[in-house]
Amino acid sequence: MEYFLSLNPMALLRAWPGSIAQGMIWGIMALGVYITFRLLDFADLTVDGSITTGAAVSVMLIRGGVSPILTLPIAFAAGMLAGLVTGLLNTSLGIPGILASILTQLSLYSVNLVIMGKANQPVSVDKYPLVVSLRYVTGGSTGSRILFFAGLALFLVVLVGILYWYFGTESGQAIRATGCNSSMARAQGINTDLVKVLALMISNGMVGMCGALYVQFQGSADVNMGRGAIVIGLAAVIIGEVLFGKFAAKQKLAFAFTQMAVIIGAVIYYMVYQFVLWLKMPSDYMKLFSAVVVALFLAVPYLKEKHLRKKGVVKA
Amino acid sequence: MSKTGYALEISNVHKVFNRGTINEKAALNGVDLNLNPGDFVTIIGGNGAGKSTTLNAIAGVWPTDEGRIIIDGTDITRLAEHKRAPYLGRVFQDPMTGTAATMDIEENLAIAYRRGQRRTLKWGISKPERELFREKLCVLGLGLEDRMTSKVGLLSGGQRQAITLLMASLKQPKLLLLDEHTAALDPKTAAKVLEISDQIISENHLTAMMVTHNMKDAIAHGNRLIMMHEGRVIYDVSGEEKKNLHVKDLLARFEEVSGGEFANDRMILA
Ligand SMILES: Nc1ncnc2c1ncn2[C@@H]1O[C@H](COP(=O)(O)OP(=O)(O)O)[C@@H](O)[C@H]1O
Ligand SMILES: [Mg+2]
Repeated sequence: MEYFLSLNPMALLRAWPGSIAQGMIWGIMALGVYITFRLLDFADLTVDGSITTGAAVSVMLIRGGVSPILTLPIAFAAGMLAGLVTGLLNTSLGIPGILASILTQLSLYSVNLVIMGKANQPVSVDKYPLVVSLRYVTGGSTGSRILFFAGLALFLVVLVGILYWYFGTESGQAIRATGCNSSMARAQGINTDLVKVLALMISNGMVGMCGALYVQFQGSADVNMGRGAIVIGLAAVIIGEVLFGKFAAKQKLAFAFTQMAVIIGAVIYYMVYQFVLWLKMPSDYMKLFSAVVVALFLAVPYLKEKHLRKKGVVKA
Repeated sequence: MSKTGYALEISNVHKVFNRGTINEKAALNGVDLNLNPGDFVTIIGGNGAGKSTTLNAIAGVWPTDEGRIIIDGTDITRLAEHKRAPYLGRVFQDPMTGTAATMDIEENLAIAYRRGQRRTLKWGISKPERELFREKLCVLGLGLEDRMTSKVGLLSGGQRQAITLLMASLKQPKLLLLDEHTAALDPKTAAKVLEISDQIISENHLTAMMVTHNMKDAIAHGNRLIMMHEGRVIYDVSGEEKKNLHVKDLLARFEEVSGGEFANDRMILA
């Protein structure tokens, strides 16, 4: 009883807008994970490193006087380089995909330290005209807050639109075909190695750009900030699919809806995350919490099908 | 046209799998075969005779150890699989292999229609292409022309094979490779897919190789028949001689080379 009385609902309501903004930003990263995990069928752990690379590049450039918004495409390019390395390790050197991505991730830890010069670099919203900041959510007038969310949402819609277009082009189709059935893709003259590298670059570009936004949002970059990022990205993808996958697939612009579902998945993840913190779960346990969420959501569709199969509803 | 005029020249092709391991297997032991333009060859032989391996060697699934493969005068022996694709149409035994299940029927066709072209940032399918695909699907007579935006994964094995056949021939290939492409289908569907194959081959005047374990089909289709055994071509008939073949002749051949053992279980005798 005492425990429940100590919980303040207003505190949760005050914290949630920040979680929503954070979820929207991580939604970009989740889209990147969606591209590799779902479209390419490649478990890419590079992202734990490339999100920090994007953040590190952005922070150091902003501190060096570059316009914060300009750092977004540069962080995108930095992420693409990380994806390129994983892609080449896998396709040109024959290293299995997961291992290739772990090697890149590990080496990026050093690279990120070199970029930042030390483990932690602040970038204050008081000093620089940051694109996003927690301050824009917690401070300022209601109007400015609404404007901020509208701007962020618009940015996401444009991003989804660009991805929708790209994956409908010949080049994007080649990526989807390769991920779905690489034998078919090669039989149709698609250079599946090249396509894999390309998809990894696009994905990690998104992740790097997410890092650039996230570092501005929270006001500092830390060399460890990407640890477990892949799990959060997967959580967003899977939550989005489990909750909205069927609905999205029925729509005319199914792929655009699926991407929206993934972004909403990221938002839900951070709202639940905040909720669990609010329940006074020690923050040390939060990585465990994230892993359990992903394991649960990955297991549910599998167990459901197994159950149905046992009952003879679905054929093997 | 090449100097020799052959559509396909395979000379002395060897392939050993897992060389130097306990699983070492010499799958091809000097395959020699020349096809004239317009040849439709059926290929028979026991399990493990090297039929699929021969087709895969032509398609470039992995590099061969020795020998040369020339298509219409172009030496493709060292080309990567995707670089040979413009020359080849392929249909596989497993209906899953030839199509992308999570993509629409029309997307699969559009991808095949661009075989051998650079994949650009142009939209993946155009309006006139949709019309063309609709016409071609109509000809199949399976009602697929009304389901062009359905995911291929929702289709039956026979429907998928029919689509794969269409994909193989949308862009005229120099050679069509069919590897037991009706083996996974029920007899009625298999007959329909075979009929479609015949139709596509004759309409487009294709040079084709069709592996089958059904000796009757092997005799009834095509203008030429070869039998493989232990990684070699051991029997090659065409023209009138092939037309007058009977299953029992093939069985006799088969028993001869396999040292008296009776035809293997997967060979359909009836
Ligand atoms: N990718 C592979 N790796 C190892 N062994 C293979 C491979 N492909 C075929 N083989 C072996 O090569 C031999 C010929 O196989 P195949 O050409 O598939 O026979 P079939 O005439 O029945 O199509 C068989 O012994 C088979 O096990
Ligand atoms: Mg075979």
